[in-house]
Amino acid sequence: MSSPDRGNVGIVIVSHSPKIAEGAADMVRQMVGNAVPLAWTGGDVDGGLGTNVAGILEAIEAAWSAAGVAVLVDLGGAETNSEMAVEMLAEDRRARVVVCNAPVVEGAVIAATESSGGSSLAAVKRSAEEFYA
Amino acid sequence: MSLDRASRENLVRALAEAVIQHADELTSLDQAIGDGDHGLNMKRGFEAVLATLPGLADKSLPEMLKSIGMTLVMKVGGASGPLVGTYFMELGKALPEQPTRAEFVAAADLAINAVKARGRSEAGQKTLLDVLVPVQAVLAAGGDARAIAMEAAQAADRTTPMLAIRGRASFLGERSIGHMDPGSRSVSLLIGAAAKVLEFEVRL
Repeated sequence: MSSPDRGNVGIVIVSHSPKIAEGAADMVRQMVGNAVPLAWTGGDVDGGLGTNVAGILEAIEAAWSAAGVAVLVDLGGAETNSEMAVEMLAEDRRARVVVCNAPVVEGAVIAATESSGGSSLAAVKRSAEEFYA
Repeated sequence: MSLDRASRENLVRALAEAVIQHADELTSLDQAIGDGDHGLNMKRGFEAVLATLPGLADKSLPEMLKSIGMTLVMKVGGASGPLVGTYFMELGKALPEQPTRAEFVAAADLAINAVKARGRSEAGQKTLLDVLVPVQAVLAAGGDARAIAMEAAQAADRTTPMLAIRGRASFLGERSIGHMDPGSRSVSLLIGAAAKVLEFEVRL
């Protein structure tokens, strides 16, 4: 699930549950329409609850924007796997992807709203992280 | 330390069997203080590693370790995939093809530091580092395979009274006390299996 790159920061949603990831993405779409590149991933490689690096890499690719990509994650393994995925990106892309320390649903909606106004990657990350700080 | 092809294959099979045979135990440890998927996740990862044999054992020791690490990162799924996978990958990156014991100790030091960075954790927080770090001390002090395996098992036991500070178990606060850390148990099984193979193959 992705949208054309209009120069806004892309948003990736990573949850242990594909249903939560998809549902959070639906909420983001309702807020910002197609103004923001968006992708979600959830579940382990067998389809059970969990996260997987290959799925996260695909989602980052799908939501890629020259402005960068903000990744929203739920519990521990989602964060560790997302950080691993970022490290496995090509070097020129690595610096343009950030994992946000924010709740996955609220963080995704806030980050996408910030992104839809054309904000920088740093500003998108900050708004997601500050809202619940 | 020089491992021929047959020894490398024995090592891979021993590591995988140790995890796969204990998958149910690892899962029940994780059900007590985590999300209950650790045994299944690790089993999936090591089954994927086994599926890369026999080609896996054709690789040099460093390349083989890197490949095992990458498979675990991609297949395990929980936080333990990147953590255990990082250990194997960094060990592979840092080892020469026929390491001396001192070179092995130095490479394992780098691998442990990479695991600490990946998990933003230190020993004492009820994680796999509570096995990796004390075992590394025995290895560095010249301990033989038996001493290494014994320390691994005892170090996993010592996580039982610890309070979890990192990972899913930290949500339980003081209720995490009294249960062995599943990741520590996995790593102690892996180290025990490796020590047993290496004791016969290279007289570690």
